[in-house]
Amino acid sequence: MKILVGYKRVVDYNVRIQVKPDGTGVVTDGVKLSANPFDDIALEEALRLREKGVAEEVVVVGIGPADLTAHLRNGLAMGANRAIHVVTTDAVQPLTAARVFQKLIEKEQPGLVILGKQAIDDDANQTGQMLAALWDRPQATFASKVEIADGKVTVTREVDAGLEVIEAELPAVITTDLRLNEPRFIKLPDIMKAKSKPIDSIEFGSLGVEANDHLKTTHYAAPAKRSKGVMVKDAAELVAALKQKGLL
Amino acid sequence: MSKILVIAEHLNGKLNSSTARAVSAAAAIKPDAIDVLVLADNADAIAADAAKIDGVSRVLTIARAENAHPLAAVLAPQIAKASAGYSHVFAPSTTFGKDVLPRVAALLGVAQVSDVMSVEGSHTFKRPIYAGNAIITVEADAGSTVVATIRTASWAAAATGANNAPVETLSVDVTLPTHTRFVELQSGKSDRPDLQSASKVVSGGRGVGSKENFEIIYKFADKIGAAVGASRAAVDAGYVPSDLQVGQTGKIIAPELYMAIGISGAIQHLTGIKDAGTIVAINKDGEAPIFEIADIGLVGDLFKILPELEQALG
Repeated sequence: MKILVGYKRVVDYNVRIQVKPDGTGVVTDGVKLSANPFDDIALEEALRLREKGVAEEVVVVGIGPADLTAHLRNGLAMGANRAIHVVTTDAVQPLTAARVFQKLIEKEQPGLVILGKQAIDDDANQTGQMLAALWDRPQATFASKVEIADGKVTVTREVDAGLEVIEAELPAVITTDLRLNEPRFIKLPDIMKAKSKPIDSIEFGSLGVEANDHLKTTHYAAPAKRSKGVMVKDAAELVAALKQKGLL
Repeated sequence: MSKILVIAEHLNGKLNSSTARAVSAAAAIKPDAIDVLVLADNADAIAADAAKIDGVSRVLTIARAENAHPLAAVLAPQIAKASAGYSHVFAPSTTFGKDVLPRVAALLGVAQVSDVMSVEGSHTFKRPIYAGNAIITVEADAGSTVVATIRTASWAAAATGANNAPVETLSVDVTLPTHTRFVELQSGKSDRPDLQSASKVVSGGRGVGSKENFEIIYKFADKIGAAVGASRAAVDAGYVPSDLQVGQTGKIIAPELYMAIGISGAIQHLTGIKDAGTIVAINKDGEAPIFEIADIGLVGDLFKILPELEQALG
């Protein structure tokens, strides 16, 4: 079985995001970029399935400008067999990303697609679900446990009410939650090895995908700040303050 | 002219209050009609609850055995069919809505607006990105159905009781897939208030130190009638189950009182509590970032302070 993994590059999760004063975007110049944390988890899960003998090949997919190859090399160093780079300088919205994956699926015929449940830049949480709809296949979102046997995948999902277990026929789309696994660290020899692994570049325009730019972002703003509070000395003062506000 | 379809969320035959929050967002558009769609195996009790929500014009039900559990692959084609004639389709931005609604949007071939915080116009919304560190204004295409999930913490639930909207059964002609099956829901049974909708929440973090120690959080929460939450660190360390996680990737909540105990306050956690009425922080590290957004802070040892608080409350 082949597994396709979405591997998006985002502003590193430790960066304190600043909105540009003119409201046209957030500051990304000179800011550290990293793999979307949920995508690292997706790749790790795919690698573990390969190590268990469930899958033979793991392919990481990135959509972005020419310099995205350095990021894809990290995915290869982590252990993916090869990478597909869909080249575009345009920002890609979730439905467009899902359509790109759909096209790649036609060619690659994977048994499983694993994506992060959301990217920590736009926090949209849509692409996996949209892909499953376009592909007309099962979706198992927010996965915290994945087991594959007999052409079926059993997924434990982190839902608001607790843990939901569902069973789906393959091929299917899984989106990862935080506790699915802990991604491995990249070792130096693997970085060397990754240099010889293939990256297929495909021009976005050659895929015949209709770009969906139905959502226009017209303004960026910093969030409203909470005003600085007060410090109390002890438990008695805290109780008094809460009682005064009518909260206890 | 706007006509809005709100997808009802429910569990064990009961309507979830997130539905009434989504109705509030729908009402902000001042539409001609707000219809609530209930997909269930037995929809009557849920529909009766939905009919009482202020502002609801009609409740539509699709009752089929296949709808016993909220499987996105099964529900989405029915919702997509039912959405014909509506200008907007809304669902709460809970794990239910986040799972099913993008699937609906893709079937309709339209974009989705995730986590609507405010309505600026019939096709203009504000939503958070970067864990709430930036708020963007987005404009949806005027010629397409607007599919959106509603950030529940930003919207008070629409009042219930005064309304008595008609309930109608809807039949949609659509073949449902059988490739996805529900197995079970492992739910921590609790008599405590529900974390998502509670007016008071007491949360513990890494500072609590262990699963055993977390009892002190439960005990204090019970004392003041609060729901229990946790930071990601506490969940990752195995102190509490994952459904208690509050933050960017967990639950986003807006209680009147939020007490963060032994939580340092990573940005991702703060995202989940920004809309709380009053935030109280108790932490032994006076430099912890949680104090930057707390309304009331107390520096000290939680294992000493919590018993003192209980005592002070009598």
